[in-house]
Amino acid sequence: MSDKSRENARIDEPTGTELVGHEWDGIEELNTPLPRWWLWTFYATIAWSLVYVVLYPAWPLVERATEGVLGWSSRGELAEEMSAADLARRSVYEQIAATDITKLPANPELMGQAIAGGAAAFKQHCVQCHGAGAAGYEQYGYPNLNDDDWIWGGELAEIEYTLTHGIRWGGSRQTRQAYMPPFEGALEKPQVDALVNHVLSLSGKGQSSTEGVQLFAQNCAACHQPDGSGDQLQGAPALNDAIWLYGGEAANIRAQILNPRHGVMPGWSDKLDPVTIKMLAAYVHSRGGGESAEEGTEEVASDAEAVAEAPEGGDDERL
Amino acid sequence: MSVSEPTAAAVGNVKERDWAAALPSEGADPIAAKRLSDPSTPPPKLYEKRKAVHNKRIDGPFRRLKWAIMVVTLTIYYVTPWLRWDRGPYAPDQAVLVDLANRRFYMFDIEIWPHEFYFVAGLLIMAGIGLFLVTSAVGRAWCGYACPQTVWTDLFQHVDRFVDGDRNARIRLDKAPWGPAKIARRLFKWSIYLLISLLTGGAWILYFADAPTLVRDFFALEASPVAYATVGILTFTTFWLGGFMREQVCIYMCPWPRIQGAMLDEKSLIVTYKHWRGEPRGSLKKAKKNPGADGDCIDCLQCVAVCPTGIDIREGQQIGCITCALCIDACDKVMKEIGRPRGLIDYATLEQCEAEMAGKPPTPAWKALLRPRTFIYFGIWAAIGVAMLFALGTRSHTDLTVSPDRNPPYMLMKDGSVRNAYTLRLRNMEARPRDMEIALVGLPQGAVMWTDRIGRESAAESQRVTVPANETRVVRAYVTVPNGVSADSFSFRLTSLDEQGEQDTAQTSFSSPENEP
Ligand code: SF4
Ligand code: SF4
Repeated sequence: MSDKSRENARIDEPTGTELVGHEWDGIEELNTPLPRWWLWTFYATIAWSLVYVVLYPAWPLVERATEGVLGWSSRGELAEEMSAADLARRSVYEQIAATDITKLPANPELMGQAIAGGAAAFKQHCVQCHGAGAAGYEQYGYPNLNDDDWIWGGELAEIEYTLTHGIRWGGSRQTRQAYMPPFEGALEKPQVDALVNHVLSLSGKGQSSTEGVQLFAQNCAACHQPDGSGDQLQGAPALNDAIWLYGGEAANIRAQILNPRHGVMPGWSDKLDPVTIKMLAAYVHSRGGGESAEEGTEEVASDAEAVAEAPEGGDDERL
Repeated sequence: MSVSEPTAAAVGNVKERDWAAALPSEGADPIAAKRLSDPSTPPPKLYEKRKAVHNKRIDGPFRRLKWAIMVVTLTIYYVTPWLRWDRGPYAPDQAVLVDLANRRFYMFDIEIWPHEFYFVAGLLIMAGIGLFLVTSAVGRAWCGYACPQTVWTDLFQHVDRFVDGDRNARIRLDKAPWGPAKIARRLFKWSIYLLISLLTGGAWILYFADAPTLVRDFFALEASPVAYATVGILTFTTFWLGGFMREQVCIYMCPWPRIQGAMLDEKSLIVTYKHWRGEPRGSLKKAKKNPGADGDCIDCLQCVAVCPTGIDIREGQQIGCITCALCIDACDKVMKEIGRPRGLIDYATLEQCEAEMAGKPPTPAWKALLRPRTFIYFGIWAAIGVAMLFALGTRSHTDLTVSPDRNPPYMLMKDGSVRNAYTLRLRNMEARPRDMEIALVGLPQGAVMWTDRIGRESAAESQRVTVPANETRVVRAYVTVPNGVSADSFSFRLTSLDEQGEQDTAQTSFSSPENEP
């Protein structure tokens, strides 16, 4: 304290202590010495910060911060954690790789892990077309993956095949191929009307006519089957259900007859490894519409899962 | 003894004597005044070395109370983790256990789940209000008797006495130059400190894992790193705070004294020196020579010598006083020896002090406990306790929460039926696996459900699920409503298929193209 400020200093009568001269609403501050260990603690914090500055990135420079002798960086730590996580996942990956996809449901724990892995991969690769909830976009012809209508089959192996080779995808010779001829010019307008009405009647909407039945039998039944139930082997969609890829109104159906659209799905064999594809198939199958689910395995499933869940329990399972 | 006037006379003297002028704290400190007027004197120091406190051994009712509380609290602390409690094969058999890994808190028959954290919040609120209650009634008695810092400091002060002797011997030893004998003594003392600290830190971790297993693992060097780190930190803090920082923690580190000081009022019992009875103080000799001229305090400094924080209570209430009442024990002993009534230093309220100063007869201390403020605090405290007990007694051991899928909100199926998907959380809070039934309530005829475990082929109006012991099972449920039937809101009902038949119902909504959310 300078002498100048001490000139105005006063003594607090009851305690005999000098006052520092600050006053708040009549309450004044006593000039009581601090304990010496406070001072040492203060020095210790300074020493700590100096050591920290030397060891860790600290001073921001023009390009980047000083590096610190430990060479630590948050990026490096992240990379380390990621590779540790990869390592931890490796055995699951290997197990999934070694298991035929049709056998996956028999191992509920592995199936659960595959579904979880598939959900993550789906968010990265599939949501752009099929949407975050896998509900697709009817107006663009991206199919809904939650429902129980499958053009190429909804069993695990079939989904895996579609994922691997794609649909009408130039990247694979084994890609799913189906082609619907355009009837623009081949049919008269009343004929098209009759056909549209017949297709609508297959799913209980509208009235068919003898002409419609005839036209359908001649032009469509080879692929879509006489009753309109479709053919998964050929990739001919079922027409007798409530689900439509390009819309179920008369106008949509007319457009599709006259000038069919053909969606393309890329195969993922060149971008994703087989394990990821397998996991994606498991996830898509699990969305609630998968065909031929794990019949007869439920009892085993629930018990085995109970045991499997106990030690790990993920975060939200217990909350 | 000649100095044996009755209290009434002593109190009567007060009016004639100007006791206030005799108080050391009254009037400017001559040294301080000189320091100011003389510019060559150095300014007050910025930092000050800690003055060691060598408190003297004392015996008396309050000291014995302090002993009793120390024994009880330390026993509870060290013994609790070793109590066993049979909870069956699916739950740990430790009576009090904070199971962080499985997020459970066990306390005898009570088991707290994370979603019941309000019980812990309630306990914290009760602790807070309990502190208000104690403080408004008996000042900082928590600090003086039950605070862990106090208990361990007290324990370490007993170690000091055991190794180095009582106050005078310790002061002598402190001043003595360092030699082999002093070093040996210090090392011996510090190793006892360290042992106590190690036991303290060691006992703490036993609350978080099975105690016998953990002790074995700990010494086999197989315990988790966090166990060693916790023991290390707690050993160090106990050693340092209890052995060396002591009253510095109470005065400079702890926030409670500030809060508690503000919670006292003129009706709270605090440790008070009755200056109107004690002043002016004089030596025993003077008092003997001239009975009645001086006050009762013979300036023997016994009250200062026994104080664990080293303060002089005769200077009035101050932040260093933890209301441990050892000074009362000391002074009462002195008063007995010089044939004076006890209570020169005593638990008293400011109001009682004023009444006594005005010459009214003293009121018994316990009366200060009964007043609206303490009743209100006690009422709130007890109400929360009773409410929590009620909630504990009536809570169900099954619980169901439902969250409907929002993306997509509904799904059209081939046959035109509408399907919604839900995530159900089935909680079984009992220590055994239980079969439960999930049923649809309030949906039109034909609505069925299935789950990710029970396939679409076995869709029905209700499904059975086994929920493992002490677990939450997450189930994805699909519900379909037939083509052309409309549905809006409905409930899932969870029923335990055992003798309890516990039920929980969770309402949710059904989305369809007609009532798109
Ligand atoms: S002044 Fe008395 S009550 Fe206060 S801390 Fe010291 S001995 Fe305890
Ligand atoms: S112990 Fe009692 S008599 Fe002795 S100095 Fe303290 S107040 Fe005075």
